[in-house]
Amino acid sequence: MESSKCYHCGDSCSNTAVHFDEKIFCCQGCKMVYEIFSTNGLEYYYDLEAAAGTTPDFKPHKFDYLDNPEIVNRLLEFNEEGMQVVNLHIPHIHCSSCIWVLENLNRLHPAVKSSQVDFPQKRIRVCFTTSEYTLKQLVVLLSRIGYEPTISLEDYGKKKAKVDRSLIYKLGVAGFAFGNVMLLSFPEYFEVEEFWLEQYKVVFRWLMFAFSLPVVLYAAQDYFISAYKGLRSKLLNIDVPIALGILALFFRSTVDIVFDLGSGFFDSLTGLIFFLLVGKFFQQKTYAFLSFERDYKSYFPIAVTRLQDSGQEENIEIFKVKSGDRLIIRNQEIIPVDCMLLKGNAEIDYSFVTGESQAIAKQPGDNLFAGGKQLGGVVEVEAMKSVSQSYLTQLWGNSVFSKNKVSGFQTITDAIGRRFTIAVLSIAVIAASFWLWYDPTKAANVFTAVLIIACPCAIALAAPFTLGNMMRIFGKYGCYLKDTNVLERMAKIATVVFDKTGTLTTSNESSITYEGMELYPEEAALLKTTLRASNHPLSRSLYQILQEHDIQMLDEFTEELGKGLEGKAKDQSIRIGSAEYVGTEQQPDFSETSVHISANNTYKGRFAFRNNYRKGLPDLFKTLKTKASLYILSGDNDGERRALHQLLPFKVQMYFNQKPEDKLEFIEKLQESGKVMMVGDGLNDAGALAQSDVGVAVAENVNVFSPACDAILDGKVITRLSRFLELAKRSMGIIKWSFLLSLCYNLIGLYFAVTGQLEPVIAAILMPLSSISIVAFTTVATNVVARRLTQTIQNES
Amino acid sequence: MSVIYVLLAISISVAIVFFIAFVVSVRQGQYDDAYTPSVRMLFEDELVDESSEKNNQNRSQTE
Repeated sequence: MESSKCYHCGDSCSNTAVHFDEKIFCCQGCKMVYEIFSTNGLEYYYDLEAAAGTTPDFKPHKFDYLDNPEIVNRLLEFNEEGMQVVNLHIPHIHCSSCIWVLENLNRLHPAVKSSQVDFPQKRIRVCFTTSEYTLKQLVVLLSRIGYEPTISLEDYGKKKAKVDRSLIYKLGVAGFAFGNVMLLSFPEYFEVEEFWLEQYKVVFRWLMFAFSLPVVLYAAQDYFISAYKGLRSKLLNIDVPIALGILALFFRSTVDIVFDLGSGFFDSLTGLIFFLLVGKFFQQKTYAFLSFERDYKSYFPIAVTRLQDSGQEENIEIFKVKSGDRLIIRNQEIIPVDCMLLKGNAEIDYSFVTGESQAIAKQPGDNLFAGGKQLGGVVEVEAMKSVSQSYLTQLWGNSVFSKNKVSGFQTITDAIGRRFTIAVLSIAVIAASFWLWYDPTKAANVFTAVLIIACPCAIALAAPFTLGNMMRIFGKYGCYLKDTNVLERMAKIATVVFDKTGTLTTSNESSITYEGMELYPEEAALLKTTLRASNHPLSRSLYQILQEHDIQMLDEFTEELGKGLEGKAKDQSIRIGSAEYVGTEQQPDFSETSVHISANNTYKGRFAFRNNYRKGLPDLFKTLKTKASLYILSGDNDGERRALHQLLPFKVQMYFNQKPEDKLEFIEKLQESGKVMMVGDGLNDAGALAQSDVGVAVAENVNVFSPACDAILDGKVITRLSRFLELAKRSMGIIKWSFLLSLCYNLIGLYFAVTGQLEPVIAAILMPLSSISIVAFTTVATNVVARRLTQTIQNES
Repeated sequence: MSVIYVLLAISISVAIVFFIAFVVSVRQGQYDDAYTPSVRMLFEDELVDESSEKNNQNRSQTE
């Protein structure tokens, strides 16, 4: 009882703490979850991880749309004979307690037959009987224990995604063949003239041939396809020499065993393909719980409440909303279409769209844009457009969203591959012509031997291992990359463009300052009391920061929507609100949100709400400006220009009043002079993020929402951005060094090949040796480079 | 017929059995989520049986 941390969620308990069962809880919600768990024998939840829970934030009507069987059917994975299977995304899943309690859901309701958590994807698959249970009840149950699933338009009608497991199969085939061929080829490495071997070597060799067939035909097919595609578009990528090497290995070995010339290189062949596939597999590390392809669909709701002409409410699918429909938007619901406010007090939070956290008050008759979130009461609106034609969703019609950034980019490996292929082919031809003149019987032997030994296995492995490793290191420090290709593009960045609101500023806190005459104690007390009565978001945040005063009884309280509040107690009166409302001549300053105060009909002053800039920005810009040219693009007006100049007294160009399309075009123009990185956060940056070479989405909470991008950066570590760029450049250096290293191995091998002495056993030793030493080198090098970064980070904090 | 053929046949068929087992397990999706099972195997029968039976009637509350 000494600790004042909530037993369930770990938040500190203020004076509102709830005591129950000798434990302390921060609120009724947490206590209720504890009660549910303890009465059902699930207390072990708290033994696994202390305070793992979350306060349930459950709104009774939120899931009413799950009464609509059409919508439910679209969400279900399986629905037959009284059994339903659903796969839900639960962002809160974060520890072993979560897995345990969610996999024991049948304790909470017997209709749940089984539930299985996929931790990396933060999803749960629940199988339940429909006779006494519905999907809605299940979702409500999950929400009540604090695991509220997010059901968005993205889930709608999504057929079970086909998982591509071909790489695992190929890896399995190659590994299986590699192991067996190794065993079968082992005897011939040593005693070639032995009686036993002479008798059975034909069997052994044809068995090896049989094992390598599926490897060449199935496991290696990606390399052939890629090489063919490269050649057709007149590009010599790294897969060309690899494919050549594989073919040379296979045909030379087959000819060898057919004419009894030797044991062939089947061991090298299968080993080569196995190692290459391991490299591919390593590179494929993805953050399954993050999505880099999100568009508006992943955070728009599935259904919305429509008001029928008869006045009845019904839940309809969002795509069925037509212009002219009357919709009901409740507290915390997203506005799905551009619409006009008819009834009610709207407070719209556009933070998903612009990054601006301060809610905007709207009156009946005002237009609302899709993507805003209603805070406060229920409002009635009239849809003016359909979902796909709304202001924000139209942006996704732009062709940049279907553009593939990878296809237009030549990777460092491919750039090397070009020169490499030419070099290998010329060496092979020169060596073969020499032998044709000197000893024609050996010419074919030498030609294939050069192709075999020069097969750039180690080069092809250098990039996947370096970049894959670096990607994991980035992830550890709060920067999640979509794939390794992003890292290569990052190394070439010449320009960095920042969004302002939500990216450079943090939406978590805004600073409030008071300017004007000091308030008398009675006035201050009255101010606090009056604010308490209002539900306006500005009133709420102002109320939070004001000092404690005795709460008085108000004699009179009036709230004029969109204007302000008036409170009267005893002989005092106070007016809080817009400049006009409190009666001041002061010029309205649009650059910042302010709340004006007048007491007893005399103007006192105003509270100004300012965005807080993230800490460490000057340092970030100082280090960045040596590496790239910097720009700031903002959708807001230029009221913050001076503050920004003071904060960042460097050569940073700033542009204000930029619409989403303007940002996109601006990036396009910058790209004429080099690679551009865009750092943004809201949906309004989505176009610019897609257009830029590296789109970085800044997120306060990486699990919640971010627009389509190449990398997701935790907002708290934005100051590390220049280090990440530095690391990306260093990785390229590491790759180049490992190219040199593998070239040494190639030279040794070429000596044997050109002089016609390449024995299978030499190939079998040299090839894995070079691959393994490259993997070891890149792993050690990336970790050393990264350790320097971590040390500087630790020094800072 | 030499014994070496028998041995080869046995060793290869054992290898193929394992290979088929691998393919089947991939097909069933056992490789899709490589993390959760590692946590799941550490859970034992921590469920308190008596208390849940005692409180069976309370279950209706949780619906």
